[in-house]
Amino acid sequence: MSSSMTMSPRAASWLQATPFTLIMTCLVMVPLAIILAVSFMDYGFAEIIPEFYLGNWTDLFRSSLTLDTYRTVFKQLAVVWTITLLLGFTISYYLIFHVRSNMWRAIFLAACAIPFWTSGPIRMISWVPLLGREGIVNQALLGMGIVDQPISWLLYSEFSVIVVYVNMLTMAMAGPIANSMAKISPSIIQAARDQGASEWQVIQEVIIPLIKPGIVVGTIFIITAVMGDGFLVRAMSGNQMNTPAVAIMNEINAFQYPPAAAKSVVLLLIVLGMVGLLLRFVDIRKELAR
Amino acid sequence: MSEQNSKGLSRRGFMKGAAATAGAALGSGVITGFPTYWAQASKDITITHVGSIYTTNPTVAEQANKDLGFTVQMQTLDNTTLINRLLTQAETVDVADFGNTSMGYFKNKGILMPIPVKEYKYWDQTVPLFTQGTYADGKAYSMQGYAPIKSQFWADQSAQEYSLTPTEWLVGIPVMYNADTLGVRPDLVPHKVESWGDLFNSDFAGKVALQDGVGVGVPDAAVALEAAGLMTYVDKGNMTREEIDKTIDLLIELKRSGHFRSFWTNFDQSVQLMASGEVVLQSMFAPAVTEVRTRGIECQYLPLKEGSRGWYIFQSAMAHLDAGDKLRRDCVMEYMNWCNSGFNGVYFSRQGFYSSVPDLMKAQLSENDYGYWYEGKAATADIIDPFGKVMEKAGAVRDGGSLWDRMGNVGIWNTLMDEDRYLVRRWQDFMAA
Repeated sequence: MSSSMTMSPRAASWLQATPFTLIMTCLVMVPLAIILAVSFMDYGFAEIIPEFYLGNWTDLFRSSLTLDTYRTVFKQLAVVWTITLLLGFTISYYLIFHVRSNMWRAIFLAACAIPFWTSGPIRMISWVPLLGREGIVNQALLGMGIVDQPISWLLYSEFSVIVVYVNMLTMAMAGPIANSMAKISPSIIQAARDQGASEWQVIQEVIIPLIKPGIVVGTIFIITAVMGDGFLVRAMSGNQMNTPAVAIMNEINAFQYPPAAAKSVVLLLIVLGMVGLLLRFVDIRKELAR
Repeated sequence: MSEQNSKGLSRRGFMKGAAATAGAALGSGVITGFPTYWAQASKDITITHVGSIYTTNPTVAEQANKDLGFTVQMQTLDNTTLINRLLTQAETVDVADFGNTSMGYFKNKGILMPIPVKEYKYWDQTVPLFTQGTYADGKAYSMQGYAPIKSQFWADQSAQEYSLTPTEWLVGIPVMYNADTLGVRPDLVPHKVESWGDLFNSDFAGKVALQDGVGVGVPDAAVALEAAGLMTYVDKGNMTREEIDKTIDLLIELKRSGHFRSFWTNFDQSVQLMASGEVVLQSMFAPAVTEVRTRGIECQYLPLKEGSRGWYIFQSAMAHLDAGDKLRRDCVMEYMNWCNSGFNGVYFSRQGFYSSVPDLMKAQLSENDYGYWYEGKAATADIIDPFGKVMEKAGAVRDGGSLWDRMGNVGIWNTLMDEDRYLVRRWQDFMAA
């Protein structure tokens, strides 16, 4: 009787994989295939014309728009990544190695999340009274006599886009790094100290090599967030910056799906490529299981 | 003392509003006098109306459900989502409204139902902007951009192409319209603004904004470029590729010199730009100017030499209704008639939009409200918006004057150009520059 209920291990693993395979196929692979197909079609007023058309792709590879938008987003990414890494590392380092009490650690972590208690749009709007021409920062600078005219590049500029990215994404970097740091056994650090290592040497020789997986995970969060965002760039640049995601949004808003589809395929491949490259350097699965 | 006084006035204003409401309800009572058997069958019907924040709101929905013998469900969507829904799932919608910038999407699609003129009760009382393609005095208006008459009539019952001359079939029932121009912070500008050309005057460098988009922002820019003597167009509302190229190149030059402060995507952003002083001169919608003023900040809406940028919102029924249940179609027609009969028009008139049937509004708005909003008269008491907020103090006169002073000099209409595909592509270059 019982033998009829058992299943070969091979069949069991097929069965276990089935739900996920179905979800991946129906909700990811099929839509992606449709997007790819649409990118090779022509279009009119809010309609896709199902005829083979290469124009969306030739425009992508021949016009300066692609280069311009990717140059903008890569620059943003580099700056945001550098700042969030420095901040994320410093915050985590302080929380894990300098704050002794668990209660205070929890309180500080909760404090980091306070900005996220309000909704995204409200957070974005509230930058205007801070960074605007008549905002607090400008009034302070004027009051202290540091400038004699309000600085206008604080808002609706590359600067404000980066400030807000850093504000939103520092926690995405700090979290995984703190997680990796917490896994470092105090005895390893004690051993390094006993050997006469300075704090800086401990950081360089012990901590940084051990938190690489955290940095990689944080980096992946930053890459996907910056490359995929259009709303924040639009709001904080006053619609004056174009990134690949913004360009896709512009075309979707104009019901021009085929060129938007072509741009989406390219953006997806680039992001996947970046993430894949990072995963080559660090085996996250192995490190996280540690 | 003065506080007491203003309180008294606002209460009186509220009472007048209430009286208008009661009038509207009374008026619509006549319309809902259906035979009993009809009401019995229709009470199970729910019709879905999708629209913008200007045309759908809980107060009007509640009144509709009170007045009519069936259920009306309103949904508020942003324009992109709304048009997308109509294009892909029109059968989930019965009534929808949209404006000039979307009219180009409905030709040869078979989504909209041709509305027989004879089934719309108030066509005879509709302003000639829609019925004749003229102003009230019979003078023809500017045909640059998507002028109302360009998309008011279907050529025939097949509802595929628009007709420039009146036919028996309406594309949509005109609901509201207005004329937009530049908003200005008089306390912060170096000199008086009289022309759209000032938008690109170096005196305002770094302190101007435009709407972000090819249907409103680009026509505004074109009017300003032409006024500043930098461009000439055959039709600013429907540019050729060459005109688009020249326009975008000029705009890129201005952008690189730091001329623009921002481009706004929605009402709130335009209000904030102006109220915070980030921008002192920008293209604005009329209620946004009022909103800035209700915050106690001076903001003017100026009549300019080159005229205003006109827009309208149509309400349309979906084509599936003609093929489906006759009773459902009747309910939809009844609802669309109700929408222009009073309550709804009174509601949006008190926010500063114009009704397509102003005579009906005259009968149902208070004398003060009608005088202020439609006739350009000084307010005899405080002007209260539908939410109970004081919009203007007694004595105030509407910027630009009466309905036909404001609406009678349209230079260009909100648009969707034939070369939209090329324009969007070049607009991307402009944003990237």
